[in-house]
Amino acid sequence: MARKLAASDVHRIAKLARLELTTAEVDLFARQLGAILDYADDVQRVDTTGVLPTSHPLGDTPRWRDDEPRPSLDREAVLEHAPAASQRAGLFKVPKVL
Amino acid sequence: MAQPPVTARGLRDAIAAGSVSAEAACQAALDRIAATADALHAFREVQGERALERARQLDRQTAPPGVLHGVPIALKDNMVVTGETTTAGSRMLEHYVSPFTATVVDRLEAAGAVIVGKTICDEFSMGSSTENCAFGPAHNPWALDRTPGGSSGGSAVSVAAGLTPLAVGSDTGGSIRQPAAFCGVVGLKPTYGRVSRYGLIAFASSLDQIGPFARTVADAALCLEAISGYDPLDSTAAAVEVPRFGDALTGDIRGVRVGVPRTLLERGIDSAVKDAFEQSLRALQDLGATLHDIDLPHSGFAIPTYYLVATAEASSNLARYDGVRYGFRAADASTLDEMYDRTRDRGFGAEVKRRIMLGTYVLSAGYYDAYYLKAQQVRTLIRRDFERAFDAVDTIAMPTTPTAAFRLGEKTDDPVQMYLADIFTVSAPLAGLPALSVPCGFTPDGLPVGLQLTGRAWDEATLLRVGDAYERVTPWSDRQPSL
Repeated sequence: MARKLAASDVHRIAKLARLELTTAEVDLFARQLGAILDYADDVQRVDTTGVLPTSHPLGDTPRWRDDEPRPSLDREAVLEHAPAASQRAGLFKVPKVL
Repeated sequence: MAQPPVTARGLRDAIAAGSVSAEAACQAALDRIAATADALHAFREVQGERALERARQLDRQTAPPGVLHGVPIALKDNMVVTGETTTAGSRMLEHYVSPFTATVVDRLEAAGAVIVGKTICDEFSMGSSTENCAFGPAHNPWALDRTPGGSSGGSAVSVAAGLTPLAVGSDTGGSIRQPAAFCGVVGLKPTYGRVSRYGLIAFASSLDQIGPFARTVADAALCLEAISGYDPLDSTAAAVEVPRFGDALTGDIRGVRVGVPRTLLERGIDSAVKDAFEQSLRALQDLGATLHDIDLPHSGFAIPTYYLVATAEASSNLARYDGVRYGFRAADASTLDEMYDRTRDRGFGAEVKRRIMLGTYVLSAGYYDAYYLKAQQVRTLIRRDFERAFDAVDTIAMPTTPTAAFRLGEKTDDPVQMYLADIFTVSAPLAGLPALSVPCGFTPDGLPVGLQLTGRAWDEATLLRVGDAYERVTPWSDRQPSL
């Protein structure tokens, strides 16, 4: 029988991930994430004592550009496609915060 | 489709010789796309007017032609173009219009390519079938009830069906190579850092890489050369010299050492795929290459490692879709928190939410060491396996996929089954290595099979040389699907 996550775990993760899940989604993800984690637990069998983690495969090849000021994206063009914005004030608008 | 599709190289030369105009070539591509739209659904959006205008400009151009002068090309719908919509296959970005252009687009256009539209892909590149696309799946031209693969499925279809000679896609765990294999075309995931990702919508930043689809290895080499190189706008675009990849295609692979990871190939491979693979090894031997058994002891752990690393990075990358600055916003929220949570629940599809949840879980307090850190350590071991193998061989051969294209709907209910299909493609991006898929035969049902060649970092040239030599002595790339 495959593992199933507790509904409370799914709610906790959903809160961290900022997802308002439906009841059906909570149940589905409890089962599916349990099954995926069951499978992913395979990595626990590998002996990684003293092995450094790899966060990216690039080695020492990145090259930083010079830190010279240059124009960024045009504010008007960016605000034009925002869900809600004030061109006059140059602001994105959101629902009340408190 | 009376005439066989031309190669990018052939079309470019025909345009340079004046036997066809860039505009006519573009119009012909647009006509093919329109004629097959219902059956294949390769494109999310066709930008016909923009493409024709650009082609007419090229026909008037007096400057020397670029290497892709007048060649129509399809773009995966996760690379942005100023003033055009780019959706990444998501409702979240259904109406997103970009205020900037991806470097890969600038480079393609500087080389003379004509972008004709945006191809269907799985949402935020998360999927192996295009079934996770909010705008419907694409269909495999060899069998319309089957998937073209994913996530860059529409780009593979465009080339396989002869709609465009070239397409670009992006590959995180196999998203170029797997659809290339399923559709019977050439697909290349370059070395991590070879191609700038500025303007590519991010999935997993330590893995994502842009690369070409083509009918021939020579065309893939041509496209790779056009898009490669350092970019001050992407710190991960490496300052490594870009060779003239076309010069590597000598047809001579005598003495090239080909490694075969036999243990990895013992189980779980469809017999028709196995047969085609073994035949391709014999063909390489006949060309003078030598075969060597190698061991990649940690590749059996590559799928869980990949899904832990990629989902962790995705959960972080996709935090930006919060309904504030661009994209979809849920309209009925009365507070900021409600707006965030509803926007994300409604804007993302099921697979994307599943992966964000998994990634958030493995990064959360109490689980980070056991899952994320552990996976990063296993990733180091997977890399070392390849480094050791490349002491003794020049390239590693595997089937690209364990089966040929599966049926649409066959795996949508079982995420783990869907993930297992990535067994041979996830290792190369974990190790940052280049890998090429070339057509290597057909199953008795007439479905294409792909041979995957993995190489040393920055050594795409050897992969292209071997792939091209193999292509010259086999008939696979000449076959076309009947539509």
